[in-house]
Amino acid sequence: MTADTGVASYPGLVTPRPQIARPRRAAVSVTLRVAGPIALLAAWWAASASGALNPAVLASPQQVASAAWQLWRSGQLQSAVGVSVLRAATGLLFGVSAGLVLGVITGFSRLGEELLDSPLQLLRALPFLSLVPLFMVWFGIGEEARVILIAVATSFPMYVSTAGGVRAVDPRLVEAMRTFGLSRWALVRQVVLPAAMPSLLSGLRLSMTLSVIALIAAEEINTTNGIGFLMAQAQTYSRTDILTVCVLLYGLLGLCVDLIVRGAERLLMPWRPTGARR
Amino acid sequence: MNAGTAMSGGTAMGDTAVHIQGLRREFSGRRVLDDLDLDIQRGEFVALLGASGAGKTTLLRILGALDRADAGTVLVPTVRTIVFQEPRLVPSKRALGNVAVGLPNTAATRERAERALAEVGLAGHARAWPHTLSGGEAQRVALARALVREPELLLLDEPFAALDALTRLRMQDLVAELCRVHRPAVLLVTHDVDEAVRLADRVAVLRAGRLVTDERITAARPRDLGDPQLSALRRKLLADLGVAPDRRGSTERTGQPVKEAIS
Repeated sequence: MTADTGVASYPGLVTPRPQIARPRRAAVSVTLRVAGPIALLAAWWAASASGALNPAVLASPQQVASAAWQLWRSGQLQSAVGVSVLRAATGLLFGVSAGLVLGVITGFSRLGEELLDSPLQLLRALPFLSLVPLFMVWFGIGEEARVILIAVATSFPMYVSTAGGVRAVDPRLVEAMRTFGLSRWALVRQVVLPAAMPSLLSGLRLSMTLSVIALIAAEEINTTNGIGFLMAQAQTYSRTDILTVCVLLYGLLGLCVDLIVRGAERLLMPWRPTGARR
Repeated sequence: MNAGTAMSGGTAMGDTAVHIQGLRREFSGRRVLDDLDLDIQRGEFVALLGASGAGKTTLLRILGALDRADAGTVLVPTVRTIVFQEPRLVPSKRALGNVAVGLPNTAATRERAERALAEVGLAGHARAWPHTLSGGEAQRVALARALVREPELLLLDEPFAALDALTRLRMQDLVAELCRVHRPAVLLVTHDVDEAVRLADRVAVLRAGRLVTDERITAARPRDLGDPQLSALRRKLLADLGVAPDRRGSTERTGQPVKEAIS
């Protein structure tokens, strides 16, 4: 570029400097994403190795790894994770479906909003943990109570996000599609839901995270299996290594949930560019 | 007929608002702008014509620092603003807030923004939300937003294309008047030959990445498109854009398929 000579002979003029993000290479992107968790792990390991971290407070990464390995070999880990994931997924399925349906109704129809919104907002304000004792009375101490608790907890974030997303759909688009003869149901399915998809997915994300939290609460109800049961036992014997394994399992579940939603985003919204906006 | 040679004689360089030399821009191997030269004087109104996809908007985006040049020299003033084809108003700000967007939040700014709104005839709409404005009104707010910064270079990217015919004529008059008062250098990108001939001091046609025509218009304003000099220019520009001269009726159509369909 001969910009400098240009500036000299054209006083007051400058070369425009666009701020354009260059596309990042996939390898760099993955490295950046992985860097955070690895740094955290390294800090933990360093603190344990240097003795700054008392093993009675938090076991070292090696101890945790060996505890995980023993649990794996005895088969306890697999069965606990399997049971817990199934429990959370079942509750989530019911909760998210209910939230989705209710959200579409209140977001799309005025009558629905008038009828449903205030009672749902009222129920939403209840901390679901306070319902645990009541649920035990109503549904017993079996599997139903746990699944219902998770379903109730996860339905509200989904409901709020769906209703908001559906309400935010461009009314001019809806109007235009009405003139092309789309029925209410077709309108919801072909126009409203895709347009509200970003909100639906952020609701799903919140619900999925909450399902893990609700899972912990649900597994306090007289459980004999699952990650919560494993934790309760470890607590009795002050096994911080097993406790840490369980905490990490919850973390991993959360991470998987995130990956699932990211994948779903790509699958469900092929028309949207991926990645964060500047 | 090159723009660079046409403009190089006579004027002092301190009067130049835009200097482009050897500009090239490629998109996946295709040269949209190829060795393009263009100089715009301070206070000069240049209209840039071209068929869809000719690279008009790319050139404007490079001048506005929204896109980069692959090669060549581009020099522009520091204060430059853009009016886009769509108003691009922030929906969560009222009209006045949209005009003052990005400026320091002071009483002086407010006053300036109010004056700018009054200038585009929207003094009564300062507190209106963007979604309540009509297309023409929203575009006038966008124009006020561009002018309130007192730009040395005003970039207009088909700002009238989405407006109805009557509003478009009124907007053209408004833009002509505001440019006469504020005297920024203006680059108007358009595909409307009549609009270019009505407004500009100079008309250029972009084809195959270069300026193929660069004509000065000396006719007095307000202009009558029936003027024989302007009619001749109009025919020439249409020919440059690939519209046959005997089909003056269809000025909006620039493609060959029309011709084939009729014959």
